[in-house]
Amino acid sequence: MIAAKYFRLPDISQRFIAVWRRNFLVWRKLAIPSMLGNLADPMVYMLGLGFGLGTLLPQVGGMQYMIFLAGGTVCYSTMNSATFESLYSAFSRMHAQKTWDAILNTPQNLDDVVMGEVLWAASKSLLSGAAILAVIWLLGLSKSPLTLFIIPIALLIGLCFASMGMMITALAPNYDFFMYYFSLWITPMTLLCGVFYPVAQLPAGLQSLAQFLPLTHAVDLVRPLLVNKIPANVLGHIAVLLIYGAISYYVAMVLMRRRLLK
Amino acid sequence: MPVLAVQNIHKSYADREVVAGVSFELKRGECFGLLGPNGAGKTTTLRLCLGLTDPDSGTITLVDSPVPEAARDARRRVGVVPQMDNLDPDFTVAENLLVYGRYFGMADRQTRKRIPGLLEFAGLTQRGNSKIQTLSGGMKRRLTLVRALINDPDLIVMDEPTTGLDPQARHVIWDRLKRLLGQGKTILLTTHFMDEAERLCDRLIIMDHGRVVTQGSPRDLIAEHIEPQVVEAYGDGLSGWLDQFAKPLAKRVEITGETAFCYGEGLEPLLKNLQTQTALRYLYRPANLEDVFLKLTGRELRD
Repeated sequence: MIAAKYFRLPDISQRFIAVWRRNFLVWRKLAIPSMLGNLADPMVYMLGLGFGLGTLLPQVGGMQYMIFLAGGTVCYSTMNSATFESLYSAFSRMHAQKTWDAILNTPQNLDDVVMGEVLWAASKSLLSGAAILAVIWLLGLSKSPLTLFIIPIALLIGLCFASMGMMITALAPNYDFFMYYFSLWITPMTLLCGVFYPVAQLPAGLQSLAQFLPLTHAVDLVRPLLVNKIPANVLGHIAVLLIYGAISYYVAMVLMRRRLLK
Repeated sequence: MPVLAVQNIHKSYADREVVAGVSFELKRGECFGLLGPNGAGKTTTLRLCLGLTDPDSGTITLVDSPVPEAARDARRRVGVVPQMDNLDPDFTVAENLLVYGRYFGMADRQTRKRIPGLLEFAGLTQRGNSKIQTLSGGMKRRLTLVRALINDPDLIVMDEPTTGLDPQARHVIWDRLKRLLGQGKTILLTTHFMDEAERLCDRLIIMDHGRVVTQGSPRDLIAEHIEPQVVEAYGDGLSGWLDQFAKPLAKRVEITGETAFCYGEGLEPLLKNLQTQTALRYLYRPANLEDVFLKLTGRELRD
């Protein structure tokens, strides 16, 4: 049973800034290694698969495979940044380090802390998306000015996945719990949502399933920008990400209240 | 106006009533103790007072604000020292204070002005740039104490302030708390250490099973509940000695395991007799708060 008072709408207040800045200050101390670490994994996949498979494939989705892959990489990498931050890092601060307890003894509310954490995780996505975009420009994979829209889209993807991650963190008894989330949600999305190959290659049933997954809509928003095209159905894709984000944020807030305000 | 007024608060989890009708008031400038065995409801009472969880019934007024309704306003004027150190391990000593000030909405400029004075109070003047991991347990506790002072609070709430510290470190904490009381601050503390409560608290309540068992000043409680002197004795032949000498000579005898506690006034005849009992070891001392505590909450283990 969840007490009725936990269901009120989340407080929105600029108090979250103090929480966000706390995380930012920690990040700043290790900014360079952290950025390189965040970039290394997606770059290895993008360049490895891009060169390795790209030479075998003439065109994928109407473009050079490396560019096709770059679009997918931006999305799954921003997804991963927010996911790791809102799962492992937020859980550490909430559970192991008791940083949240210290904050909650001040005039900050739980709503402020959760908002600060979600926006911070989304900020990590933004950084990750911007870094990959810089690599795309440096490698000359795209010269389209529309690629600048990738930056706000990375933030939107970040908000969506940070909120979903926070929901899982609110339920997690320990770090091992997050493996279920990866195995049942994040990894399937990485493979079903058009990151490495077009969704159209999948059997019809899986194609329909993919349409319900948020990462598909992120990829559909980002990839056309690299070849200087405006994505089809922009508002629809944005709406899907916003709806996933908003519902998850609300559920995360209710679950966090139940967990911590007992 | 009391700094904290708690009236008849109740809190249940599932079907277990953890706080069952607790009332007390803190006067400005006093040190008030919340004592009780594990599971007595002390920590839940503190959480209720800070507005971190809502009571099922009862009213709480913390520094003039109703809690939980205006708990955030109240917490602006309160500093909390938690039971477990939750300093930020990613920051230096000074950064911990700076970042904590931000949670109170303080401008960095304002906080930076307060940091040197706070570090001096904590005896950490030279350690501003140290990492938290390099501090001793006592240093961490002192830093946690001054972190709670960042907003210059009227009330300082401390959950077991000296648990896990060595005697030197405990004495330093006590000295700092006395200084804060000298500055007119009000302190609410929970503790398991009766000597700590006896030293620091002007008044205290003893809680058990979610209820207030008794309240008063340490001296009054001892006078009210316990005979002034105690002889603790143990060794071979204890039970024979008890029946033959102790029970007639002491007012009251309690036995825990192998040890007998003989309470009374004018126990000199008993002591004289013990000098002839070579098989028994004994300790003669004035009655203290621990005797009161054990009498009221019982001697059986609380796990």
